[in-house]
Amino acid sequence: MSRLVAFAAIQGAYNIVSKADGKFKRAMDKYGPNQPLAFPNTAYYLPVIYSILGIKVEKLADAEKVLNRCKELMPPHLKGTIHVPYLGHLLDAGMAAILAEEVVEAIRYVEDPSFYLLGEDCDVEGGRIWLGAADDTIMRKRGIEFVDGSAPGFAAIVGAAPDPEIAKMIAEDYQKKNLYVFMCANQTGTTFTEQLIEAGVQVGWGTRLVPFGPDISAAVFALGFANRAAMAFGGVQPGDYRTVLKYNKDRVFAFVNALGEVNAEWAANAAGAINWGFPTIADTDIPEVLPTGICTYEHVVANVPHDQMTAKSIEVRGLKVTITEIPIPIAYGPAFEGERVRKDDVYLECGGGRTPCCELVQIADMDAVEDGRVEVIGPDIKDIQPGDRLPLAVVVEVAGRKMQEDYEPILERQIHHLVNYAQGVMHIGQRDIAWYRIGKQAVEKGFTLEHIGKILHAKFHQDFGAIFDKCQAKIYTDEAKVKEILPLAQHAYGVRDDRIEGMTDEGTETYYSCTLCQSFAPTHVCVISPERTGLCGAYNWLDCKASFEINPTGPNQPIQKGETLDPKLGNWKGVNDFVYKASRQSISSYNFYSIVYDPMTTCGCCECIAAILPMSNGIMTVNRDFTGMTPSGMKFTTLAGTIGGGNVTPGFVGHSKYNITQRKFVLGDGGLLRLVWMPKMLKEELRERLLKRGEEIGMPNLIDMIATEEQGVTEDEIYAFLEQVGHPALTMESILG
Amino acid sequence: MSDEEKKLKPVSLEGKKVKEIDYRDTTTCETTLQMLQKVAADGHETAIKRAFDMKPCPIGAESACCKHCFMGPCRLNARDPYSRVGVCGATIDTIGARNFARMVASGGAAHTDHGMGMLDVFREVINGNIKGFRIKDEKKLRSVAASIGIEVEGREVLDVAKDLYKELERTYTQVEGEIPFAKRVPAKTLETWRKHGVVPRGAMREIMEIMHRTHMGVDQDYENIVKQCSRTALADGWGGSMVATEITDILFGTPTPHVAGVNMGFLKEDQVNIIIHGHEPLLFEAMIAATSDPAVTEKAKAAGAKGVNLLGMCCSGAEALGRHGIPHAGNFLSVEPVIATGAVDAMAVDVQCIMQSLATLSECYGTRFFTTNPRCKIEGATHIEFHEHEPEHAPNEIIRLAIERFKNRPARVVIPSRKDMGVHGFSHEYINYMLGGTFRGSYTPLNENIINGRIRGVAGVVGCTNPRVKQDYVHVTLVKELIKNNVLVVQTGCSQIALAKAGLMKPDAAVLAGDGLREVCETVGMPPVLSLGSCVDNSRILIACAEMVRMGGLGDSIADLPVAGCAPEYMSEKAICIGQYFVASGVYTVFGVTFPIVEGTKFHKLLFEDLEHQGFGKWGFAMDPYEIARLMIAHIDKKRAALGIMGERERKLFSMEDRRAAEG
Repeated sequence: MSRLVAFAAIQGAYNIVSKADGKFKRAMDKYGPNQPLAFPNTAYYLPVIYSILGIKVEKLADAEKVLNRCKELMPPHLKGTIHVPYLGHLLDAGMAAILAEEVVEAIRYVEDPSFYLLGEDCDVEGGRIWLGAADDTIMRKRGIEFVDGSAPGFAAIVGAAPDPEIAKMIAEDYQKKNLYVFMCANQTGTTFTEQLIEAGVQVGWGTRLVPFGPDISAAVFALGFANRAAMAFGGVQPGDYRTVLKYNKDRVFAFVNALGEVNAEWAANAAGAINWGFPTIADTDIPEVLPTGICTYEHVVANVPHDQMTAKSIEVRGLKVTITEIPIPIAYGPAFEGERVRKDDVYLECGGGRTPCCELVQIADMDAVEDGRVEVIGPDIKDIQPGDRLPLAVVVEVAGRKMQEDYEPILERQIHHLVNYAQGVMHIGQRDIAWYRIGKQAVEKGFTLEHIGKILHAKFHQDFGAIFDKCQAKIYTDEAKVKEILPLAQHAYGVRDDRIEGMTDEGTETYYSCTLCQSFAPTHVCVISPERTGLCGAYNWLDCKASFEINPTGPNQPIQKGETLDPKLGNWKGVNDFVYKASRQSISSYNFYSIVYDPMTTCGCCECIAAILPMSNGIMTVNRDFTGMTPSGMKFTTLAGTIGGGNVTPGFVGHSKYNITQRKFVLGDGGLLRLVWMPKMLKEELRERLLKRGEEIGMPNLIDMIATEEQGVTEDEIYAFLEQVGHPALTMESILG
Repeated sequence: MSDEEKKLKPVSLEGKKVKEIDYRDTTTCETTLQMLQKVAADGHETAIKRAFDMKPCPIGAESACCKHCFMGPCRLNARDPYSRVGVCGATIDTIGARNFARMVASGGAAHTDHGMGMLDVFREVINGNIKGFRIKDEKKLRSVAASIGIEVEGREVLDVAKDLYKELERTYTQVEGEIPFAKRVPAKTLETWRKHGVVPRGAMREIMEIMHRTHMGVDQDYENIVKQCSRTALADGWGGSMVATEITDILFGTPTPHVAGVNMGFLKEDQVNIIIHGHEPLLFEAMIAATSDPAVTEKAKAAGAKGVNLLGMCCSGAEALGRHGIPHAGNFLSVEPVIATGAVDAMAVDVQCIMQSLATLSECYGTRFFTTNPRCKIEGATHIEFHEHEPEHAPNEIIRLAIERFKNRPARVVIPSRKDMGVHGFSHEYINYMLGGTFRGSYTPLNENIINGRIRGVAGVVGCTNPRVKQDYVHVTLVKELIKNNVLVVQTGCSQIALAKAGLMKPDAAVLAGDGLREVCETVGMPPVLSLGSCVDNSRILIACAEMVRMGGLGDSIADLPVAGCAPEYMSEKAICIGQYFVASGVYTVFGVTFPIVEGTKFHKLLFEDLEHQGFGKWGFAMDPYEIARLMIAHIDKKRAALGIMGERERKLFSMEDRRAAEG
């Protein structure tokens, strides 16, 4: 039966490639060979083409070699009953179709620049719902979720469901299972995305329901996302197609759902996706391809009822998804984290500067805690009118033999995303700047303030059960009570900050490894010390300690740092031994405090990347969110592409934002005084801490000496500024030694 | 002639005439049958008839006779093998092992000489002395070179080729060390070889040593003799044959599948038909080049023909079928009958499996019969020597004489109409491509589907046809039985032609396979039976076995694989050598027809049981195709059980922890 699939897919690939060729020729006539051809804000050119063929498409004329390669890949049409084997041909045709589609979509960016909306959100009111290629900022931010497992994979949905309600059911089911849904193509003009909008579902990167485009060619955006993950996080070299595709098969758990009639062009795309190890699961009666081999299990599974679509799909892909039921009346999962509650939809609002608000997790005596108890002290949803505001204090008390004060902030920090995971509830900030919005939709389904406590109780147990035994929550909305708690909470925050601030690398014998990212970057090993937090910004030393308690065989392992080999650069024998083993023998030593000499390895998850600027005798750093050019001559995404993937790259190092103001930040090379450039947005974000750190090192106005893009984005441009303000780096000893 | 025929007519002991031959019992190939009957009606003879008339020598059949010196020949009693010894005291085990060793030496020498000849041509091509051939498949050249540790990155083709030649020459001439392709042997298999001291040094040395050791009064320990049999046979499989295959691919292109045809229906009454029969590709390739010359067609037209029609037979034909899609007229036992069509204007042969009778029979039907190789001259044949340095000379002469014969075709032309189309020309490289395309090609899907049980195992069914059994019947019945039981079959030589004639090389033949194998065939679009080329191309099966081990999941050595081999209708000493190299490589290998050994001897037990305990494969024997299939399947199941893949495979779902633990 798969002869029919092969026949259709080869036919479809011919259509796609020849149409692409026509489109290319017309574009050449109209725009000329030097017309730039690119997806927005990416260092990976046209990413499928770049990763598979190693060709950098920068201008229209470059697409010609790609299309020529597509034509070479095209197999003969399948004819007669006696024919040569078609599987290899089918896969080649599929790949040719995907490569050609990437050219087609890139030309669309030239012909119709406003067709796709840049960024994470759709403009539903404005009728601009298609987001097209994810830029590198989105890819890195979202890609990390694939790395740490908070998003185990993605479903590429092609076509449309029979009706909006079924579309909603499927989409929400994937959301509950934490998967991303990438949407493309249409079924006689109807798209899955529009069905979701009609059913009142929020779409966009924030809710993990991503409308790529209305045509089948937009499928290439999903594959481009996957291949960039392989290059950005896996350190796979462009053009090393075998490794890129194997990486996707083994590490990116994606699959295709074909909804509605499957035409030849869809078949070509499905065949293309099989190269990635992504199988197709369809709701129609298409020929199945069950034997395993290219994909982990089946290749094409047909006739799947809609209510079994999600379960069958993840089974076919071989994906283990764990979901916990939270005892609340609304859907719950990371996919709802990015969902907004708009002003008009707000039922209740707390904090956010509008009312007093705080959150506090505290250790308590075993006897004082009744596990699972949630008390609401003050008015609840039933007592208020839509649009009302209340003060709020969320106090969680935990008790247990293994519980330590050190773990309080770790648990407390979880409140933000745990509450946000509830559908129709929005949470921003933390501590005393927390901001809650509870939407009308959630209230309609029966959500009350008590459920905040229920969520925290259930999730704390699920994620941190190993470090405590009992947990109870008190939700205060009584204004007097909240005002009473607030100063206590603020005092607790201060004590904690001082304690962690006081910890030093010298005073600590045990560091922690973090190999969480090895799911995506197999040789990358972070080692986290009190004064060097993880480069992703998500893990500090305490987090790792708690994580080890929770999961003693997990990715965070204690490392006895052992003999100090170099105190200035931060090099320890015990750490080196561990890294050698954990990097699968690829890294034998690295330094914690240097960017010049064997700096720590960097993976694609880093928040910031620092680079030496030789002319200024200093360094610059750039955060992931800054998309502009930097004085290193590279944008963040290019830097990340160059040094990510678990390599030691002298002259460059990845680090967290927080690390910039830690005492040991590149101390071996001169420390913060070397910092000559950073994006303005980053400077503002760190302003207070930069001021404080400046004072500590006796240069309170250092912050004003650090150039930003306002002064320039080349070394020449900023040099004049540095001279003018007398930046200390200019007169320090040569950074290159 | 008829007087002679009467004289030869077999007479039973009682003096009664025995039953006349019924050709329907001798072959399942209908075109061969038609021609056998024609030959008989025309009053001529074939091997089938001669075999019918002449019983095999009973002493020789069991290899219970020793004529290695002139104190004898000594004849032992196969019914009571230990009741006596030879004049020198040689036991039945020594005599059997020595005879067996001589067969291995002869068979191995044939392939090795073939391979060395190919290597000679390769050397002369890269030295620029032969202009008529060139390196056609550079990719293959580089991959072969890389596989034995030659640096290929960024180097010129010619540099790599020179290094490759130097390395591969060691296959034949080396006196110490290990042959170069030992590097391709799975580590654990190689370890077994080293442990038993059977890693070949160089083919010449091994063949010389085996001849020495089997001389009167030298090696008289059957176990020690068998070790040298293994070492010599391995010098064929992983040496001479493998070099022949690889160099042929490099010079003439690695086969990829073609839709091509077999059977006598491809002879054309209105064209000059030329059949190439034998084993080496050189003459055939030169013939292809020569017949593609439009001038040749013109000459044929001038003689009243529409053109020149080139066909292959036997292994030369199998190679040209796979590599170029040139039609194949039939396997070993069809070579005589095809002459009776009267349509064969010329038959040119090179080496191996050329029956002397062809010279006589050709004369009867006016076919011009040419020998071309100095190693293989036949009394009564016209010898036109083929020179690699001047490859067009012999073909042009053969074509000229064939056209001349066409003009004067003396005999009535009867061409059977049957043509059987199928897919031919699989190679290790193509199997890789076939299972994953340009971007994901690998053996993974094969291993995966073996592990999950859709494919039970892989069988190599190879070898000759033999007039002692019904032509093609055992091959076809066995292969059908195997695929029905989900065993994927790979083939070479005359066996593959038998199956091609039976239609098993069409993708549609998957309907004859078990559900699991059928599903895999339909997914890949392949037939359940894959044809790999000539008998030296059995080396492709060795490479495939090594690759299956390398891909993982099916054990650490070839002996762990759920595979088996068989030559159910074999007749040549080459087959014995091939069988021994498969056994030594770790494959259970079953032979049909007969086995030159006395049952119940220690030597028999060593070959049929004990070798397996030493980490090698072992021999098996059965004549009935169903029994052969049963033996092979039982062995495959035994290996599956040992690998722990008998039951249904559990579906593992991957968590993030699993992904972190994943290699690479």
